[in-house]
Amino acid sequence: MSVVRRWLPALLVFAAGIALWQFVFSPLAGKFLLPRPSAIVTALWDNHGVLLRAGWYTFKEALGGFLAGSFLAIATALVLARWRRVGEALMPYMIAVNAVPIIAFAPIANAWFGVLNPHSKMAIAGVLCFFPVLVNTLRGLTSVRPESIELMRSYAASQVDVFRRVRIPSALPFIFTGLKVATVLAMIGAIVGDYFGGSINALGVQIENSISLFDFPLGWAAVVVASAFGIAFYLAVSLAERLAVRGAPSTAD
Amino acid sequence: MSVVELAAVSKTFGRGKTHALEGIDLVIEQGEFVSLIGPSGCGKSTLLRIVGDLIQPSSGSVVVNGKSAHQARLDRDYGIVFQNAVLYEWRTVAKNIALPLEMLAWSRAKRSERIGELLDLVELTGFENHYPWQLSGGMQQRVSIARALSFSPALLLMDEPFGALDEMTRERLNMELLDIWRETESTIVFVTHSIAEAVFLSTRAVVMSARPGRISGIVEIDLPQPRTAETREDPRYFELVTEVREALARSGAEKAVEQELVAGDDQ
Amino acid sequence: MPGAVERRAATFVLVLGTLWGLWEGWHWIGTHYKLTWPFAVNDITMPHLHTIVKALFQPAQANGPKLITVLWHASLFTAKEAAVGLVIGGVVGFAIAVVLSQSGLLERGIIPYVVASQTVPLLAIAPMVVVGLGSKGVRDWVSVSILAAYLTFFPVTINALRGLKSADPNAVELMRSYAAGRWKILWKLRVPSSLPYLFSAFRIAAPVSIVGAIISEPAASIQGGLGGAIVNFNQYYSIEPQELWATNVIAAALGITFFVVVVLAERAVVRRAPEQVA
Repeated sequence: MSVVRRWLPALLVFAAGIALWQFVFSPLAGKFLLPRPSAIVTALWDNHGVLLRAGWYTFKEALGGFLAGSFLAIATALVLARWRRVGEALMPYMIAVNAVPIIAFAPIANAWFGVLNPHSKMAIAGVLCFFPVLVNTLRGLTSVRPESIELMRSYAASQVDVFRRVRIPSALPFIFTGLKVATVLAMIGAIVGDYFGGSINALGVQIENSISLFDFPLGWAAVVVASAFGIAFYLAVSLAERLAVRGAPSTAD
Repeated sequence: MSVVELAAVSKTFGRGKTHALEGIDLVIEQGEFVSLIGPSGCGKSTLLRIVGDLIQPSSGSVVVNGKSAHQARLDRDYGIVFQNAVLYEWRTVAKNIALPLEMLAWSRAKRSERIGELLDLVELTGFENHYPWQLSGGMQQRVSIARALSFSPALLLMDEPFGALDEMTRERLNMELLDIWRETESTIVFVTHSIAEAVFLSTRAVVMSARPGRISGIVEIDLPQPRTAETREDPRYFELVTEVREALARSGAEKAVEQELVAGDDQ
Repeated sequence: MPGAVERRAATFVLVLGTLWGLWEGWHWIGTHYKLTWPFAVNDITMPHLHTIVKALFQPAQANGPKLITVLWHASLFTAKEAAVGLVIGGVVGFAIAVVLSQSGLLERGIIPYVVASQTVPLLAIAPMVVVGLGSKGVRDWVSVSILAAYLTFFPVTINALRGLKSADPNAVELMRSYAAGRWKILWKLRVPSSLPYLFSAFRIAAPVSIVGAIISEPAASIQGGLGGAIVNFNQYYSIEPQELWATNVIAAALGITFFVVVVLAERAVVRRAPEQVA
């Protein structure tokens, strides 16, 4: 399907949505709930320096957490896939821990690393990323068809070979699914972490401040910036996926 | 020289609950093409995997190429082809064939040369850089065969390799397989549940009975070599097909009679 | 030979024991060697586990009810908000998925926004939503439920869509041969096929609804839930760190409980052939 055909409906929806927002929803909802897009764009333009710098600062926090969390998750998944019984025994616990509202951990991260230290937000982002990447990677490493393993055994392959040549390549699509989820979580973690206290350089603090000053257009403008960084992050990983996973046509969304 | 010697091999699964194989005695000589044929559940795939040391027998001995099955596997004395091609989606045709060679640490030049030869053998020259999903089922299976032959093993184990293909492709691949067998002078153990295939391809057909799997009969296929499309119209071919069919029916019938007798005893 | 139940109980004890050992071990090493990386270790940053447990059974405030009672009520409050949010999010998410499954055009047009919606930080829009809905007379805990639904509709939509489209094409053709119309095919074939995917989604959405509720409560100035408790105890952290930790433990237990409920429901409802994987 051509690029245009693929994206045209979304673009049309975007245009229609913005128009509806500007002329129908905002007037109806009132400017507290939903400022007009025009007001938001104005606020964005007027403050673009501050907002973009804050966005970049927060993005770096998110990126740091993403890299640390994903790296640890993949390493752990490799270990658990290799020593299967440990993995099977721990799996229910890992899934259960994933169900914990990590956000309650934010204040503690602040206490550990210091409220103003970006490491505290990286910790939150990293912890949020860890389990989705771990669960997806582990699933990918262990979803190999039995005949593939029999084939490798017929070559008297070592465990290292089996991992290198079969498990890891076939796990790549799963790993990328996990990483894509993680990009969104990392950004959210970094921003929400700010809500419990953070540097003025960070986007979350900007958002909070603008809300407490009742400057909702500015708050929304900051949200737009946060969203834009989040989407860009997601697309970057999608691009990496397309480069890394050649072969079968991607079934990724 | 015998390539495979099985003596009193039996296999039970699940702590004695499933009796897959019982008392298998079989000797396969170099250069033979032996089919294992029988009803579903008769253990023929299990037997194939026992030869390949992918499953351990519960009792009995397995000697492959004069060594234990385990050693034969470690020495990579055989190649195996499954019913589904088991190609890696992220590798091209050439790289799929190269897989065992990479593991044997062949140099790139040697690999390249060998891949060229193999593609020629299975008539897939020109498809080196295709991906598996771009090939038909028959072509994928040919890649799988090429891969199994890549390191020129003396023994080829095949588990219903053409089972998932349509009749016409199957007949074509049957012919190709015979050509390959002749050219490589290998020994082939071939699992199938098609009587026609067993008779057309093999020098001996080993008929197995339903669980617990036993060898209920061996039919010598004395059709002349090389076999061609005309062979399928030879009256002797039909005689042999009938012979195999009757052997199968007998093994099934024997079992039914046995069960009736047992039931009768209980009354 | 120990049975499955005994083995699982043994694993449970072993895992808890190991975690306790690791915690106390790191605490000991950190205080003994005065470590400051990755963070300074002392009784404030890493209270002893038994202190945390003890704190649960002591009054949260002078002459007040025990902490565990306080947290219990807070949990129920938050659980109610989260459950309502989960239902709303589930229904809305499923409805969107049904609509999108009927038209490739609609799907391509709407999905990017469904995905993008999750990049908008909830905490950012929470105050605006609460204030706005409040001015229209909506009660504050309902606003929290709606915000929780914002987080839960996403996994439901994505998974339900995949599930609805996962019906075997041959099965669809079979339905057509019975002259079944679009809606019959939907209800008799696609929806049942999507059940496993739905449960997958709810495994994620259920704990997430708790997160959404906890995050949104402070924005709505709600004191009675776990979110309020966290903000509250955060202020006393340097004096009584164990109370915040205890709250974390309870919040974790709530999240896990929601998750387990989904797993049990799944086991009761969905019967599927086990996957053939190695």
